[in-house]
Amino acid sequence: MPLDLIESPDLDAGYREGLWTLNFGPQHPATHTTLRLVLKLDGEMVVEADPDIGFLHSGFEKLAEVLDYNQYVTIVDRMNYISPMANEIAWHHAVEGLLGIELTPRCKYIRTIFAELMRIHDHLLCTGTCVLDLGGATAFMYAFNEREKIYEICERASGQRFHTSYTRVGGLLYDVTDDWVAMVRDFCKTFPRAYRDFAGLVMKNRIFVERTRDVGVLSKADAIAGGATGPVARASGVERDLRRDEPYLAYNDLDFDVCCAQGGDCYSRFQVRMMEMVESLKIIEQAIENLPSGPVFISGTGKEGLPDKTEVYRSIEGLIHHFENIMPNRQMPSPKESYYGATESPNGELGYYIVSDGDFKAYRARTRPPSVLHFSLFNRMIRGCMLSDVAAVLGSINIIAAELDR
Amino acid sequence: MSESTNLKEVLESKLPGVALAWSEFRSQQRVRVPALQIAQALRALRDAGMDQIVDITAVDMLEYPGATDRFEVVYLLLDTQSGQRLTVKTHLNEPDLKLPSAYPIWIGADWLEREVYDMFGIVFEGHPNFKRLLLPDAFESFPLRKDYPVKGRGERHNFPIITRAES
Amino acid sequence: MATQINKQLGDNVFLTSIDAAASWARANSLWPMPFATACCGIELMSTAASKHDLSRFGSEVMRFTPRQCDLMIVAGRVVMKMIPVLQRIWLQMPEPKWCISMGACACTGGVFDTYAVVQGIDRFLPVDIYIPGCPPRPEQLIKAIMDLQEKIKKTGTYNAREFKLRILPDGPSRFDQDELVRIRERNGFQLEEPKYDPIH
Repeated sequence: MPLDLIESPDLDAGYREGLWTLNFGPQHPATHTTLRLVLKLDGEMVVEADPDIGFLHSGFEKLAEVLDYNQYVTIVDRMNYISPMANEIAWHHAVEGLLGIELTPRCKYIRTIFAELMRIHDHLLCTGTCVLDLGGATAFMYAFNEREKIYEICERASGQRFHTSYTRVGGLLYDVTDDWVAMVRDFCKTFPRAYRDFAGLVMKNRIFVERTRDVGVLSKADAIAGGATGPVARASGVERDLRRDEPYLAYNDLDFDVCCAQGGDCYSRFQVRMMEMVESLKIIEQAIENLPSGPVFISGTGKEGLPDKTEVYRSIEGLIHHFENIMPNRQMPSPKESYYGATESPNGELGYYIVSDGDFKAYRARTRPPSVLHFSLFNRMIRGCMLSDVAAVLGSINIIAAELDR
Repeated sequence: MSESTNLKEVLESKLPGVALAWSEFRSQQRVRVPALQIAQALRALRDAGMDQIVDITAVDMLEYPGATDRFEVVYLLLDTQSGQRLTVKTHLNEPDLKLPSAYPIWIGADWLEREVYDMFGIVFEGHPNFKRLLLPDAFESFPLRKDYPVKGRGERHNFPIITRAES
Repeated sequence: MATQINKQLGDNVFLTSIDAAASWARANSLWPMPFATACCGIELMSTAASKHDLSRFGSEVMRFTPRQCDLMIVAGRVVMKMIPVLQRIWLQMPEPKWCISMGACACTGGVFDTYAVVQGIDRFLPVDIYIPGCPPRPEQLIKAIMDLQEKIKKTGTYNAREFKLRILPDGPSRFDQDELVRIRERNGFQLEEPKYDPIH
């Protein structure tokens, strides 16, 4: 029965009773992590999907009320775990906005490079696993090859390959070294070739294209009213990118395009992600060549930035400075205000709404997670599709359970 | 990018005689609307071009120095054409924790309101599918309230144990 | 006659106990069930992907249905809403089966000492190998699987007798749970006795 007939109110109740219910998840390969769908099916057609989430709700926002602005960075890392540093950058972007801190140029550029590396990191996993769910394992292997290189770049800068905890209020944990710069340059050289291989495997693969084209369509009006952002919104024709519209970090100095598509289907979302990887690489190339010299922390003596580690270990002034910045109730005061700071994370607009009561600790820190709003639109995308399209749509909207549930 | 509208004029003409408190912090515009007029205000703002709901959240002001109301509900709105943002705040006190739902205005409000209920116990009336979003239905507390301990009240330990011999 | 057979078969026949033979076979054909909930799941993916390639160790056949698996890798934190699902999946796996608790969150709750996160899956489920780290590197997971293979070869029996001896819960005792006792005393908060009907 066509979908517009199903939605009409004078449809006989017997039809609705004849639908059968299928439980999908919470342990299912296509859910990637943990979410559950209760699907109402007419034969193989999905009439309605009722998502059930919260299988990874771990109380992130409650922890934000007990940890200070620097400590909480270890927790936000674990929020969107396929692009950890994008969360750190978003969190400290909001905190620095609240405290009114202007970063040093070098710090801005390094953060920009990492933000874009994370975008490539995210899109590689998202597209790779999307193809894997639709039956192609090779592209997944290609994607992970490149991801390992980005892991190594993170590890060189911060010491941890996955959860880097690299940013601090007003700066970065350590300055980067010359061989880090060489690694990023090397990545810029080798990535295009790997990208060509990856895209060549998938973009014109007839099976992949037919399984994703015109599947899971999200209209432009729904995308705007539903709060969709990032690649999901841009694939539906919403021309909005915070990097361009509300420039932060070094994006004002760099030249890049905003990638959009018109279709709103899974293939468009896939295309937008693929195009964004190219733009990200362009940004990284520009930023690494123009990397300014200078300190990564703002002014060394005030309460704003942490002192250099060697100074802390070798001089009493450095130690006192460190003590003053780290000990509770000696830290920098924050204005008794509320502030919303948002960045364009790989998945969409990732914002933090911080309410401060004057301490160096949030009274309340709310995460504005893109995944929640995208997943709440899932029912609109999947209605009328086949059961096997559920995997394609889930893969294309890139739901990250930890960000979804927090 | 179109020109941004003067939201202050829009709201004041749509809600005559209502006490609106405008404020600004680091060029972010905020307005405080009484809870009774919130639906009217949100609708007027939507008609004035704020076509996206960015976020709905709440803050428990129990321990906030100098606060007079218990809960603050925050709506973050965005005009995708001009990029203009507005924060709308409203205040609620126990036992009357009820607000009209914004779901008829923006479909994105759907899960955001359910999450606010889940975490704070604020009820949104007129929502088509109103229930807990993240926590299990059997959970009785509202964890983001300030009187709820970080480590919970022992709920996380209340499960059956399976030993190796019996599985 | 005996020398004749020996000459014909050479080293192709050897004698061993059935326990050792079964354990050897089981250890080298582990079929993992990735119960990947969070960050560690991504490291589990990289372990299985191109660079680290778990299939070198005879355990690449990731199955997402518990009926076909004998090794559950719990990768990531397990929260209140998830633990009944986890237990149900564990009970659905056929014997013999083993469990690896991957990462700080699955082992102890990790950084998430909050109301929602279970403070270690071993409180409610038997665990064979723990992997520390947040998240553990792929090398650590590979080492854990090799350790588990060692363990199976050493202790495994044909009819899984070794499991029958483990009648006590693996994790901390329910009544040592300092926090639970304190909360009960302070608040007079009554916890319900778990009503449980194992689903096999």
